[in-house]
Amino acid sequence: MAATDYLRKRFMPHIWCPGCGHGIVLNSLLRAIEKLGMEKNDVVMVSGIGCSSRIQGYTDFHTLHTLHGRALAFATGVKLAKPEVNVLVPMGDGDALAIGGNHFIHAARRNIDITAIIMNNSTYGMTGGQYSPTTACGDLASTAPYGTVGKPFDVVALARAAGATYIARTTTYHARAMTRILTDAIKHHGFSVVEILSQCPTYYGRENDRGDAVEMMEWYRDNTVAIKPDESGPINSACNGEEAPLPIGVFVNRSEPEYCDSYAKLVREKVLS
Amino acid sequence: MSAPTRYAERKAEPNIRFLQGNEVCAEAAIYAGMRFFAGYPITPSTEIAERLSERLPQVGGTFIQMEDEIASLAAVIGASLTGLKSMTATSGPGFSLMQETLGYAIMTEVPCVIVDVQRGGPSTGLPTHSSQGDVMQVRWGTHGDHSIVCLTASNHQDLFEMVIDAFNIAETFRTPVVVLIDEVVAHMREQVRMPEEGEIALTERLVTAVPRDVDYHPYFPREDGRLPMSNFGGDHRYNVTGLVHDMWGFPSNKPNVADELIHHLIHKIENRKRMLVRHKEYNVDGAEIVLISYGATARSARHIMENRRAVGMAVGMIELQTLWPFPNELIRERCKDADYIVVVEMNMGQMVHQVEAAVDRPHRVFLSNRVDGAMITPNNIKNLIRVIQGKGV
Ligand code: SF4
Repeated sequence: MAATDYLRKRFMPHIWCPGCGHGIVLNSLLRAIEKLGMEKNDVVMVSGIGCSSRIQGYTDFHTLHTLHGRALAFATGVKLAKPEVNVLVPMGDGDALAIGGNHFIHAARRNIDITAIIMNNSTYGMTGGQYSPTTACGDLASTAPYGTVGKPFDVVALARAAGATYIARTTTYHARAMTRILTDAIKHHGFSVVEILSQCPTYYGRENDRGDAVEMMEWYRDNTVAIKPDESGPINSACNGEEAPLPIGVFVNRSEPEYCDSYAKLVREKVLS
Repeated sequence: MSAPTRYAERKAEPNIRFLQGNEVCAEAAIYAGMRFFAGYPITPSTEIAERLSERLPQVGGTFIQMEDEIASLAAVIGASLTGLKSMTATSGPGFSLMQETLGYAIMTEVPCVIVDVQRGGPSTGLPTHSSQGDVMQVRWGTHGDHSIVCLTASNHQDLFEMVIDAFNIAETFRTPVVVLIDEVVAHMREQVRMPEEGEIALTERLVTAVPRDVDYHPYFPREDGRLPMSNFGGDHRYNVTGLVHDMWGFPSNKPNVADELIHHLIHKIENRKRMLVRHKEYNVDGAEIVLISYGATARSARHIMENRRAVGMAVGMIELQTLWPFPNELIRERCKDADYIVVVEMNMGQMVHQVEAAVDRPHRVFLSNRVDGAMITPNNIKNLIRVIQGKGV
């Protein structure tokens, strides 16, 4: 099946702005699914609310468009009730880490077999460019006219501390690497987190003089550094105006008991025997 | 001392159990075929989760304790979509947290059951004491225009049936159903006869006959108005969204689509009141005073009804078991000849307004209430009746 066969064209035209990074994520994601040879019926996609969360509508899978921040909680119900399906959960940074932060850390803690894709553009695009939990200190936003106060989340560090067993970071500039990473993340049996820096030229870019979409992607090229597995580094966490190059790559990839498996095993051993 | 003998005799009968209301909810849900529960600990509903954590795995079901009540109802909706009868249980503060997700279940027409064990509020309120303060929250707690089905019970035998009914209604109408009980019923222990398998009819999900991979419309009603479902993640790919949507489940801003959807969500419940309304009545014909109550307070009301009748007063009683949709027509008809109508409830007056709106000559309606966390006693009701009759307490 060609990657484009997974598109649900009836939903088109899409709502994204010209130059938005989310289309690149959709492209890489469908190529990863194509590479894995998955049938349309094998995939359940659960999303929340935001520009990124609309990605679910454009794919011809089983699609569940839920509430702001709650996608992982809905997805947990789907996965536990039907462990044989592949559950993919695309989310924005505000969706996954602000309103949905609690669900994110608990899904990671459980190591339930869900692929969480965080499309991080450091802004709330759909509501008009407010600062998010990943907006860097000092960055401007429609609710931060004098600059953002407080440190942003390091998604990799957060996911690692919460117990995710596959963690990677990539950008829309690194589209081929993104496809490889998404392929591995979907294959991974456990909770996998893929943070994808995805440009929002309409709000974050304009508010912070980052230029157009191409310039924003070039910034990703020039300000990232590939890491070896199990290395980590800060993401704009210092509030001193200096930005260290952002580490990208696969940070964690280890095997641990998965939640649905563990529940089934427990029932077999303690209840049915 | 006849009581011990009676208990010993009863114990010998098959299927008689001595249970707490919360345990009844759990057992009735399993009887109804519920196989997925997600919840979060909260007084006074926690025993439902505790019992189900033990019982569900024994019958092939799944239990999970989520990170909060929002996640609990979200997981329940996800699981229900895949085809499992699903439930959560909570109390006031948790039910407040669930409101947005409850609206999602209404909008997406996903069957599920939510047990709300009422405690004193607002806020943390009186966690271990009783109240009936959530009646209006059930009806109007989530934003936007909608309808809801809400059942209640005053004793464990009825509660067992109401919980099963809740699942049957949820599956028939593709809607969330709230089982609203109070702390007294939830924590009280009394005997309940467990029905045999097959004794109470169960409604199973109506599954579409559309073959695999042929276009299936999740929101296209059959002639009788029912919407057949397809287990999510199974034979048909479709979209589910909390946005206004068309029969495909696709988001739409079109005024006619929005208009039709909102009317459908409300009419499917309000136009089927006859199928949804459950109530009990005692001595209403010829009654000069009709007591109207529900849940634990109906026990006090019934007690004082019998007590007053013994001294020759014409007192009757209606016990509401369906709170929503509210049985306006029934209340108007059955109360038309009464001199006084006394609504007995543990709040500052919630159902009383519904009763006032339903009856002719609403100045006949009085409220007997308490909000201090203690049960309304038969004496409380008796005293109010005396005041109404100008007799003094
Ligand atoms: S507002 Fe930003 S994130 Fe949203 S579609 Fe436009 S560019 Fe993309």
